[in-house]
Amino acid sequence: MRKLGSPLLTLIVAAAFIALLVALPWWSAALAAAVLVAWLLFTRAGRQAWSVAELGIATVPQRLGAASVVVVGIAGVVGVLVALFAMAQGFQATLAQTGNDHTAIVLRANSQTELNSVLNRDATTIIGGEPQVARDAHGQVIASPELVVVASLPKKSTGLDANVEVRGIGNEAWALRPEARIIAGRRFTPGLRELIVGKRAMRAFEHTALGSKMDIGGQPWTVVGEFDTGDEHDSELWADADVVASTYRRGDSRTSVTVRLKSPAEFAAFKAAVTADPRFKVDASSTRDYYSRQSDNLTRLIRVVGTTVGFIMAIGAVFGALNTMYAAVATRTREIATLRAMGFRGGPVVVSVLLETLLLAIAGGVIGAGLAWAIFDHYTASTLGANFSEVVFEFRVTPALLAAGLKWALAIGFVGGLFPAVRAARMPVTDGLREL
Amino acid sequence: MSPLVEIRSLSKVYVRGKQKLEVLHHVDLDIGKGDFLALMGPSGSGKTTLLNLIGGLDSPTEGTLTVAGKRIDRLGQSELARWRASNVGFVFQFYNLLPMLSAARNVELPLLLTKLPAAKRRSHAAIALELVGLADRASHKPGELSGGQQQRVAIARAIVSDPTLLVCDEPTGDLDRQSAVEVLTLLQRLNRDHGKTIVMVTHDPKAAEYASHTLHLDKGTLVEADSAAQAATS
Amino acid sequence: MKYLHLVWSALLRRKTRTLFTIISVIAAFLLFGLLYSVRAAFTGAGRSIAGASRMITMSKESLVVALPTSLLMRIRSVPGVSAVTYANWFGGYYQEPKNQLVAEAVAPNFLDLYPEFVMPAAELKAFHQTRTGAVVGESLARHFHWKIGDKIPVQATIFPQGNGSNTWTFDLVGIYHVNDPSLKGQEGALFFNWDYFDKATQFGGGTAGWYIERVAQPKNADSVARAIDAISANSDHETKTQSESAFQASFVGQFANIGLIVGGIMGAVFFTLILLTGNTMAQAVRERIPELAILKTIGFSNRSVLSLVLAESVLLLTLGGVIGLLLSGAAVSGIRAKLGPLIPMLPVTAQTWGAGIALMIIIGLLVGVLPALRGMRLRIVDALSGR
Repeated sequence: MRKLGSPLLTLIVAAAFIALLVALPWWSAALAAAVLVAWLLFTRAGRQAWSVAELGIATVPQRLGAASVVVVGIAGVVGVLVALFAMAQGFQATLAQTGNDHTAIVLRANSQTELNSVLNRDATTIIGGEPQVARDAHGQVIASPELVVVASLPKKSTGLDANVEVRGIGNEAWALRPEARIIAGRRFTPGLRELIVGKRAMRAFEHTALGSKMDIGGQPWTVVGEFDTGDEHDSELWADADVVASTYRRGDSRTSVTVRLKSPAEFAAFKAAVTADPRFKVDASSTRDYYSRQSDNLTRLIRVVGTTVGFIMAIGAVFGALNTMYAAVATRTREIATLRAMGFRGGPVVVSVLLETLLLAIAGGVIGAGLAWAIFDHYTASTLGANFSEVVFEFRVTPALLAAGLKWALAIGFVGGLFPAVRAARMPVTDGLREL
Repeated sequence: MSPLVEIRSLSKVYVRGKQKLEVLHHVDLDIGKGDFLALMGPSGSGKTTLLNLIGGLDSPTEGTLTVAGKRIDRLGQSELARWRASNVGFVFQFYNLLPMLSAARNVELPLLLTKLPAAKRRSHAAIALELVGLADRASHKPGELSGGQQQRVAIARAIVSDPTLLVCDEPTGDLDRQSAVEVLTLLQRLNRDHGKTIVMVTHDPKAAEYASHTLHLDKGTLVEADSAAQAATS
Repeated sequence: MKYLHLVWSALLRRKTRTLFTIISVIAAFLLFGLLYSVRAAFTGAGRSIAGASRMITMSKESLVVALPTSLLMRIRSVPGVSAVTYANWFGGYYQEPKNQLVAEAVAPNFLDLYPEFVMPAAELKAFHQTRTGAVVGESLARHFHWKIGDKIPVQATIFPQGNGSNTWTFDLVGIYHVNDPSLKGQEGALFFNWDYFDKATQFGGGTAGWYIERVAQPKNADSVARAIDAISANSDHETKTQSESAFQASFVGQFANIGLIVGGIMGAVFFTLILLTGNTMAQAVRERIPELAILKTIGFSNRSVLSLVLAESVLLLTLGGVIGLLLSGAAVSGIRAKLGPLIPMLPVTAQTWGAGIALMIIIGLLVGVLPALRGMRLRIVDALSGR
């Protein structure tokens, strides 16, 4: 019974530790660390544990190969995990920043994305005229009927053609999106075949430098400026909606209308007004909803994949750590038994082995998270967004992600160290002394 | 008839860093076929070194060593390995059985190096175990056998491929009196009834009494043969 | 083979350690199987034998710009083109927006150009004869529990019907399947008649999304492609014609650099694995130095000792690797069954197994070689005396 009870109990302790790690915020981990250090320094049992742990840690350089299994194993898990989550984080942040509660986007009913949507001129005018829509200093409604088309340009990274979103914008687009700034060149001149290029699109695609000409819709265009919105629009090319429409023979139709609301609270009334209008069938969403909906699927997918991959790798790393720590305990059998014979109790022995594993795990976690940060923070990637064109985004390795990586490292280290620690403590003293 | 083992002016020098240590100094020795020779001497006299050289585990620095008409003093490592496989059986103080294999599997090991089919290998191993009186322990692992039994398994392993020469290094050094007698009697029987040539290193005069004659080594050279011991056992 | 029990007994010497190492290997190869299946889904598309002779003609602008149907006759008359068909992207979803469909409106001869979509002749005939008929891949049918005779309402996202309705109802008349496991991902599509689409749609009538040509001689593909594109040069609907595999590659490349992501993870996993099993092997050999010395004493040659240790590490890797790949096979079928045919994962195929086993052997040799050399080089005299 005792024989069966012990591993079961150990398992429960390990599970409880991981549950705590997941549940508690990072500062409680710092608090726990502080308590641990105080215990080590100021109590008898703690000082005993530290002196035993010191003996073990001192021998780590002698078994560098085995110790590096723990460190590198955990670094691998944490590195992959942090990198994948940084990708999800970056994509989500780019799209989340694009939307807010002050602006709303109206599409044809059921369209889901701008590219699928068509609105005629009457609809765009009526929607812009709703009473909830804000007006600028000159009394103009801040509503931008926009026409989104997709062109293809060669990517700098591969040389292959990829889709790029061309957004024809109305005059009010600048008032609608005050965050949009021209960072080089100038705005396009309405009525001319001039383009301005988002700063991320400029980095990702060929033929986008200021002054260069490109062929879109069978017509030659000139790049006259570079803009920065700090969000998803940075992956787009902007031009005059009327010119885009004539190039693509779309006449008066547009793909969407985006409006600035007088206040976020007006959204419900605005939505009710436009969806109830019998002259057209449309859907309205706040831009925050619209863009976060677009990032949901992909970020959820990346997170699920990341967690799965991380979990499987963690299993591998746990067993690697178990092997290493069992071997470490085995080589120190005699030494631990001698300490026990001298009167050291089981607790300090458990803590010392655990402490050693956790230190190795933290080293691994720091290396893995550090590598992921060094390589992937601000790493630029792109994927096909909702409008069937490239969304360029940057990986973001946030402090929260780094902390999450360290949590994984601690969890792996704890499980990998606990079982060997318990074995070390439970070993009968006489057996240990006889061992060669 | 020329002797089975012919040693001429054999020297062995170990180099440890800058120190040169001459363990054997121009040893001359003949061992006839069917001999049971005991090598005695104090620690560091070079008896184990001489035994290792005769068994082809090590190569001499100088001199010639001929076993059954074949010069083995200049053979390379892999040639020596091949030679050992068919010519020498070893018995050690600590038995040196493989702990994970059963007695029968341990005995069978040397036969893996021959072309014998599996069934033949198994029957040969069984015969060898029978010979040392352990047929009933064939499936036991070394950990489940006593020291004396383990040593007898080791002897079975040494003779299973029917080598010309049996080389024993302190075969009773780790055994109690009773087991030691059993092992020595077994060696004696192998020598007398089966004509095995045996070279045995021992520091125990009682063990040496089972040999047909005894030689003493001291500081790397053979000292006068102890003819009294020879007379006592023959 | 006669040494197998020796190798085996070495692994059993420290059962816990061997077990733990094998579990780590299992984890690594489970991941390998899963990731390989994802990668195969992205790279495998368009690699079929039939695909080699197919080319896609789309608008030079972008896939979303439609082409006039008047091109059909002109493309057909290009020398080297043995057949031509066309299709329109429809998209849409079933019941809920999260159930996105790969639905295409296809010309009557479309399935003739896709011999890899296997279907009973009677069902093909029914498809041609039923205006509102649709055929779907087996995986898709299984996922939504559709059977022949069902009416399937599909919500349009791009093309409402002319009467303003957003719901298109299709009669399921056929279910096709794909035999080549590396193309299983293509069992997730729904095809319906282009005529029905063209008559009923509110916009986009009289256009084809893209054309698909079969070329008589794949080696002439480039010149045929140039000839097709020349038809519409300098018109307002210039085209771009490329082989199916080039088309797929550029399409996939826009999603993400799958190769880089998968490669990065694999690199991390296998680097860790090599270190981990390498350490195990080093420990195992260190402990067994005296035993290896015995084997050499008995007459085992250096090479035998070397191969014994190498065999041990290869066996260790293979044991774990095979279990890991078996698990990944089960996991992939489970995921595909649960999440539907559009999930980009292909069943674990013989190719995965081939690559996996090659990896097991290579890693096994790699991690075994240093300990094996150590075992091989040991001096018997030193090892026996414990030096």
